[in-house]
Amino acid sequence: MATFVDRYPEEAKVVQATLVVSFISLGIGAFFGLIQTLHRTNVLRVIDSVDYYTVLTGHGVLLALWFTIFFLVGLFTWAIVKGFDRPVPDIRLTWAWVGLMTTGAVLATIAILSGFVPEIPMSADVLYTFYAPLQAHPVFYIGTAMFIVGTWIAGADWFLAYRGWRQENPDERIPLQAFMVLTTMIMWFVSTLGVAVSVVVFLIPWSLGIIDTVNPLLTRTLFWYFGHPVVYFWLMPAYLLWYTVLPKLAGGRLFSDPLARVVFVLFVLLSTPVGIHHQYLDPGIAEGFKFIAMTNTMFLLLPSLLTAFTVVASVEHGARQRGGEGYLRWLGALPWRDPAFAGMALAGLMFAAGGFSGMINAGMNINYLVHNTLWVPGHFHMTVGTAVALTMMAGTYWLLPQLTGKPVYSRPIGLLQVITWFVGMVFMSNAMHRGGLLGIPRRTAEPQYQNFDFVAAVGSISEIRMQIALGGVLLFVSVVIFLFNVAATWADDRVDTPVDDTIPEPLSSSSGAPLVLDNLALWTGIAVVLVILAYTLPLAGIISDAGLFGGSRGFSVAFSLEWLVDATVAAVTNVSLDSLAGVAPVDAVVDSLQEVSR
Amino acid sequence: MEIHRYEKIWLAGALLLIVGFIATVSYGAVGAGIEMINDEGGQVDSAALDEHPKFSEPGTYKTGPNEYDVYVIAKQFLYEPGTSEPIRVPANSRVTFHVTSADVIHGYEIVGTNANTMAVPGQVSTMTVEFNEPRKYGLLCNEYCGSAHHAMEGSIQVVPQSEWNETMVVN
Repeated sequence: MATFVDRYPEEAKVVQATLVVSFISLGIGAFFGLIQTLHRTNVLRVIDSVDYYTVLTGHGVLLALWFTIFFLVGLFTWAIVKGFDRPVPDIRLTWAWVGLMTTGAVLATIAILSGFVPEIPMSADVLYTFYAPLQAHPVFYIGTAMFIVGTWIAGADWFLAYRGWRQENPDERIPLQAFMVLTTMIMWFVSTLGVAVSVVVFLIPWSLGIIDTVNPLLTRTLFWYFGHPVVYFWLMPAYLLWYTVLPKLAGGRLFSDPLARVVFVLFVLLSTPVGIHHQYLDPGIAEGFKFIAMTNTMFLLLPSLLTAFTVVASVEHGARQRGGEGYLRWLGALPWRDPAFAGMALAGLMFAAGGFSGMINAGMNINYLVHNTLWVPGHFHMTVGTAVALTMMAGTYWLLPQLTGKPVYSRPIGLLQVITWFVGMVFMSNAMHRGGLLGIPRRTAEPQYQNFDFVAAVGSISEIRMQIALGGVLLFVSVVIFLFNVAATWADDRVDTPVDDTIPEPLSSSSGAPLVLDNLALWTGIAVVLVILAYTLPLAGIISDAGLFGGSRGFSVAFSLEWLVDATVAAVTNVSLDSLAGVAPVDAVVDSLQEVSR
Repeated sequence: MEIHRYEKIWLAGALLLIVGFIATVSYGAVGAGIEMINDEGGQVDSAALDEHPKFSEPGTYKTGPNEYDVYVIAKQFLYEPGTSEPIRVPANSRVTFHVTSADVIHGYEIVGTNANTMAVPGQVSTMTVEFNEPRKYGLLCNEYCGSAHHAMEGSIQVVPQSEWNETMVVN
């Protein structure tokens, strides 16, 4: 039986290439994660705290941008070719965007890694959010811009494929997987405009010295204009797999094709006009605009809640096809030994938990308690770090055989891998959420301060740290096992039927879906109007308040010894002043000294 | 479009949940009086804070009976005041913080409370907080601001009314 690689060998090569880049990024990024988790919990410190932020930038960019998005473009190419059942319009165009994205990613990665080598006058320790006026080397911004332009060309490639298919099939419904790709790319075109303007108009000229200053609130707002939709860009490949592949793996079929289309349309409409919910604590943005972003964010829960219903219903249908019975006993009839199924199901389960912590983040007032604390990475390691990453890894066990013609090297090892990931994340993420509630900040090398202690209401700070370290180690082990299993698969011999790659028709087919759902131009238009409504006034206010180019010259992240001496003197003076004034309880002083000596 | 009965029930439940969330957040803002950081703080020239009427001499200013303004500058990698000496405010007072940055974006978090804001160069964040009992609070920067970010901290000393004196205010 011919699988994808037999029918579309050229396209299979493209997808394999993007997966190679994706998995190399995963390996390096996960190694950085291991260094961080051991460093900030003070279990093992192999780097200087100053270098922690180079590691952290690498971890964020390599995992959140390169690993996820290179996987996405591979998966989407597969989905477009399989969905339309025709080759890409021109394979040279396809290789062109793969090349551009890869070149951009390599350039930006070189800029980041150069931060480890003081002899190279280049660094980009600005984290993946690159807030100005912290300034990175121009190569970092230029590489990132190339990467984004590459994704645009990829989107154009898929829309050209759609046009070709439409000419031959004027009355057909857009195949579901292709529909998911096209709607996701519409969202991506609308939302990347913000970061593209930020990088190309402001940050690149500024880092090259062509303009002197930027408006930090403007570039930050433009970043978040892109920064929330990007999380749905990560999530949509996972949704594509949950909707179209997971039901099949469970032994059944998708519950409802029309509802799946509704969900993707809702994401096109609502993903972008919500970015200000990352800026609830920013000055210079009126409360009303924050309220609008909050309301839109809450309505964005709707497509995810609908997804929970449809996916669980589809999986239950599969279980009943396999002989499962009872209200909950059907769960036992599912193919839990299949790593592709088990990984995706566990990822979906954790996404439910991540969704709840996200609802708390979205709550405008309770957000003040958790903003920029460890709660936030706790949240997104459940969402992008598990719902997305684990689904991608699990999906690989089903996808890779179609792309290579080779069966997965070891399914038991694959099962061990996905379970290790899930268990590791339970430890790490739960402890991060708890630490965040105590006020422990995110993005810091050493959460050990001299002026105060964090006090745990339940358990202890050291117990929380140990759970984070243990979870982080398990996650790294899981990635090592994954990369081994994938490499061993690649090294295997081809067989005739490496995997059952058929996808059955949904229970409620696309014929029941209103035609308007496939009107992509309409949804694009409404999405643009919503963005204009949500962003025109805040952006106009930010520009009229502080000017288009603001007043901030660039600042390096540089660390000076002179500063260290000043700070130490200040800290010592501080403690003695308090004691002399007699206003600080003696215990507090003793505690803070013990904290220092620890 | 055919929508299954269970789907309809689920959809209605989901919408109810969403409206409920929006209602509780609205109540928190209006009923419980939790104000957002907004645009009322205005703008400053981050390169010329020493020419500003208040930020040139940051610290605690008395504005009324039991009401104070505290001007704080965040910069790589300290608070002025807050780090080399604690911010001092009297107990049982209502304090409005005016926070800005002299260089990059910083955070300003009173540890263990929901008093938390970003410090953005060129912008002033204002937030009003009530201090009741005398005690010491920790301050930390929760936005990455450079290679010694992890050392950026400070404290707020809530001084008993009996020990409060005029030397603790700027004006």
